[in-house]
Amino acid sequence: MPTIEIAGREIDVNEEGFLTKFDQWDEAIAKVLADQIGVEMTDEHWKIVNFLRTDYKTAGETATSRRVQVVGGFPVKDQFALFPKKPAKKMAYIAGLPKPKGCV
Amino acid sequence: MTTTMTKPAIVPNFGSDDAPTRKMAIICSKGNLDMAYPGLILANAALGEGVELHLFFTFWGFDMITKSRMNHLQFSPAGNTALHMPGGDAHIPQAIAPAMTGMATKMLKKQIADLGVPEVPDFLDQIVAAGGHLWACRMSADMNKLELNDLRDDVEGIISASDFIEMTENAQLLFI
Repeated sequence: MPTIEIAGREIDVNEEGFLTKFDQWDEAIAKVLADQIGVEMTDEHWKIVNFLRTDYKTAGETATSRRVQVVGGFPVKDQFALFPKKPAKKMAYIAGLPKPKGCV
Repeated sequence: MTTTMTKPAIVPNFGSDDAPTRKMAIICSKGNLDMAYPGLILANAALGEGVELHLFFTFWGFDMITKSRMNHLQFSPAGNTALHMPGGDAHIPQAIAPAMTGMATKMLKKQIADLGVPEVPDFLDQIVAAGGHLWACRMSADMNKLELNDLRDDVEGIISASDFIEMTENAQLLFI
């Protein structure tokens, strides 16, 4: 598996660039990841990213957009406004999680 | 001597944030509960991939957007000879299939809910919130004597077949 270097640290990623080790993530890394895909992090972005991290720990898989709305309480419309075009994948990427597997 | 090596960043390709490069239209022509879902699931997935998405409701698919009917879609084993008993190989005899609609509907709804997938009206709410467009078929409206105010408020219009063809220029089409 490839690695990337962020702030002098070696980070494991998959061939697409998604982080593969949950514990290698921190907010500084998230900021760099967000920057790389043109997302400027605000409080609203952080709330969703932090929800995804917490939810992953209990659910064992990345929340879909539907779950981010129903369980996290962040409406789908807001997700699209904050993470344009491909919210589910972008949120997962910044949160250092795998792409969501669920269909809905 | 030390050399600094900069590793090339591996960044997923999420496309650009400009106008969508891909457009899809899904024609929903069935009003059975089990045939309502495929179009909605694909529509929702397309929107999540940044694709411009139009849903066109026609014939029995009209029930999915008609206020008086959209909460009562059913799943019937009648005519579905492929259907077997849940968890087993035994097929449901067609002679008793029509009588099993109520039970089959209830079971399917539960299986769908268990996966965290919303009911049809709620699913359409989510599709619209994600930027999807809903259109109603002119002929179906005329046949059923329905007007725009009989349909979900977010249906953008009742349009003719030629309006639809014009609107979906260069779109990928799916008929369900």
